[in-house]
Amino acid sequence: MIAEYFPQAIPLRGFIGGLLIGLGAAVFLIGSGRIAGISGLFARTLGLATGPFDRGALWFTLALIGGAVLVSLIDGPVVQRFPPHWLYLAVGGVIVGFGTRLGSGCTSGHGVCGMSRLSKRSILATFTFMGFGIVTVATMRAVGLGW
Amino acid sequence: MRTGYPILAGLLFGAGLAISGMLDPARVRAFLDVFGDWDPTLAFVMGGALIVMAAAWAVQRRMNTSLAGTNFDLPDTTTIDTRLVGGAAMFGIGWGIAGLCPGPAVASLGTAIGPAAIFVVSMAMGVALQRVLVR
Repeated sequence: MIAEYFPQAIPLRGFIGGLLIGLGAAVFLIGSGRIAGISGLFARTLGLATGPFDRGALWFTLALIGGAVLVSLIDGPVVQRFPPHWLYLAVGGVIVGFGTRLGSGCTSGHGVCGMSRLSKRSILATFTFMGFGIVTVATMRAVGLGW
Repeated sequence: MRTGYPILAGLLFGAGLAISGMLDPARVRAFLDVFGDWDPTLAFVMGGALIVMAAAWAVQRRMNTSLAGTNFDLPDTTTIDTRLVGGAAMFGIGWGIAGLCPGPAVASLGTAIGPAAIFVVSMAMGVALQRVLVR
């Protein structure tokens, strides 16, 4: 039914990948006692967060890259369609970096880890960033900047 | 094992992102394009991840320490404030512009170094800027 209405969707791969993402976050929670929130771990890896050097964050971040590489080696090149101009990446990157730190999380920390914990903050944050993402995509198309 | 858990966790997470199509900015952006050619894939990814993590939280509540023997280092804030909502709103805008959020961006350093590096360096600048400007 989904294939009929949304021919471009890959629901099964999405769901299986989602289970793996959840498993990764679960291993980090139960094994290391920590939240797999990439924006926070990224900041800690770069020393841009409070506290001493964080070895766990560094290992997680490196392994995150390794996991993607592993799939590309086994399963073939990963399909990635990027914006038509580097400015989309630069502007989006700065805003994502600033916003995720200000809001204490991103899709992984608030979306995956926080919502499953039924954190009201995370549920609100997730609906907020999804809502603003939807409005942004629609606005971009309206002003001719869609891609 | 203290190093083993973060490595295993990162590998699973990164592999999941790659398998699920979430390393493809155009696909992620198509999820946000509800008024256009909507691609619901991200909802299935989130659903799969939430099922496993909901179970993980149920296990965590019965544990005193992590398997590595450390105390649980979990957020205990419950305050809803403008920082939370404003930060999430900003993140959503950047996410809509580029189709990338931090996890896929970092993971893409291994599969598409050029565009990923532009985004990740910019993201680091945003993180640093936030740290300097907001106290």
